[in-house]
Amino acid sequence: MTAVAALPLVAPFDQLAVLVELWMAVVGAAADRLGVEMLSFGFMQRAFLVGICIGVMAPLIGTFLVHRQLALIGDALAHTAFAGVAVGLFANAVGGFGVSPYLTAVVVAMLAALLIEVISEVTDAYNDVSMAIVLSTGFALGTVLISINAGGLAVGVNQYLFGNLSTVSVENAAILLALFGLIVGTVAVAYKQLLFVTFDETAAEVAGLPVDWYNRMMVVLTALVVVGAMQIMGVILVAAMLVVPVAAATQLARSFRSALAWSVVLAEVAVLAGISLAYTYEATAGGVIVLVAVGVYLSAVVAAKLGIAGATAHNESAVDPADPEPEGVE
Amino acid sequence: MSRGTGTTGDAAAAGKGEGEELLAFEDVTFGYTSTPVVEDVSFTIERGEFAALVGPNGSGKSTLLKIGLGLLDPDSGAARLFGQPATDFEDGERIGHVAQHAAAAKSMPITVREVVTMGRFAHVGFGRLRADDRRAVDEALDRVGMTAYADRRITQLSGGQRQRAFIARALATDADLLVLDEPTVGVDVESVAAFYDLVQSLNDEGITVFLVEHDLGAVANNAERVLCLNRELFFDGSAAEFVESDALARTYGADPGTFAEVTAR
Repeated sequence: MTAVAALPLVAPFDQLAVLVELWMAVVGAAADRLGVEMLSFGFMQRAFLVGICIGVMAPLIGTFLVHRQLALIGDALAHTAFAGVAVGLFANAVGGFGVSPYLTAVVVAMLAALLIEVISEVTDAYNDVSMAIVLSTGFALGTVLISINAGGLAVGVNQYLFGNLSTVSVENAAILLALFGLIVGTVAVAYKQLLFVTFDETAAEVAGLPVDWYNRMMVVLTALVVVGAMQIMGVILVAAMLVVPVAAATQLARSFRSALAWSVVLAEVAVLAGISLAYTYEATAGGVIVLVAVGVYLSAVVAAKLGIAGATAHNESAVDPADPEPEGVE
Repeated sequence: MSRGTGTTGDAAAAGKGEGEELLAFEDVTFGYTSTPVVEDVSFTIERGEFAALVGPNGSGKSTLLKIGLGLLDPDSGAARLFGQPATDFEDGERIGHVAQHAAAAKSMPITVREVVTMGRFAHVGFGRLRADDRRAVDEALDRVGMTAYADRRITQLSGGQRQRAFIARALATDADLLVLDEPTVGVDVESVAAFYDLVQSLNDEGITVFLVEHDLGAVANNAERVLCLNRELFFDGSAAEFVESDALARTYGADPGTFAEVTAR
């Protein structure tokens, strides 16, 4: 479990680490006051911090992916990130580099992301076959590297496959805060451009946007989110956070802006409830979070079908009753 | 002014054109493989025109449009937008583009207003939308009669309404040139008529219209100038001359069915 070696800390991370400590102090004090045992542990304080960040950035990026029919890309990148983890573990075992497997995972996932993007630019289409091939290749490479080196490594693999609440260090939490800032900041600055490219790529290009660059940026951000969320969610389930809350939000929202907001709210519900339940019942957090998210999705579908909330394509009863124009008026 | 294989259309087109070329093709040849899909095409669209590009399926219409918009680079020849090479053209706010199948449903949650607001993105870049941007959006919505639908999710609209939303986006851009790629695919007959009324009135207000269309009847009734493409340009002239000429027979390879459909109108 010591595989989550501290990444070399550079100056900005020290300050973020201070932020993490501050959060832990505040949550710890609140836990003592309210008598919530779960929040009095340092690892749970960090797990919640990381979970809250994931609950914002995963659906934020996921919304743009899902509405370009790119739901699969998160899965493909997660599995290639696993190859990156294996490379890191392998390098450490063979050469004793002491490099964090998360760092190698980021590098490999970003390379895979750019590869997928370049292939799609050349062939002029994202296709699920090439995505499936990248996914399988990444996972196969990971398993082979790990099996070659089986001895001391097999033990450490589970936490990457399934995630682990208790191994989130202060350094890892600080790195996640940095990722969080980067991703939220990028989406805030380039929101209009990303929306345009997502909705109508050709028109965006005619309007003078460098569409290819936005696409590359998007897949690289996806790779970062996937590796960041991997700590808690695990390789196998991480992509669910990019897709399930977004699918639920699509049932409820009418505008793109509200879809983004809904997806973050629903993801936070899943993450907070999931981590709490996982702690209480000593279950794997990633699995519980995804099950809660799927439950939220099903509730959203039912709510939209019953017309309680939302505005779906075929559900006229969900239309705002205050709408001045009756249906069918051209 | 180069008119390609232009037969007798110069007079009709010149009546309205004010001389400024917005879109120009010069001996454009392009092929995805070694066989060209567009060969030696030359024509110019001038300010104020309402021109339609017609031709059978696979005749290179959409390809030519992409070249004109700078999305594809011709193998030989040149395409110019507002006098600049099309691929280097960067004043995106001067063109309003409605892509093929824009009327097809996308499952994305997005309101009509959000779609129309995209028309302002080329103006504001990374900046914030200001009051005059919002005013332009409101005016565009009003112009196409979609104000009441502004907060409706776009997937809830009919094909015709959706098409109006896309036109509104082009209007919000303050575009001089409206480029439409098969705008009426998947739109019901009455909506097609209403749609062309709208495009016609926009053209009357001075917006230049260039569209690719498969509906020959709609073209004959609405466009001022017709260009027939089947790899090469077969006809370039006024709509009236187009109906009377044998251009269709030559372009489509003498398919009496298509021909009868148009002359019957």
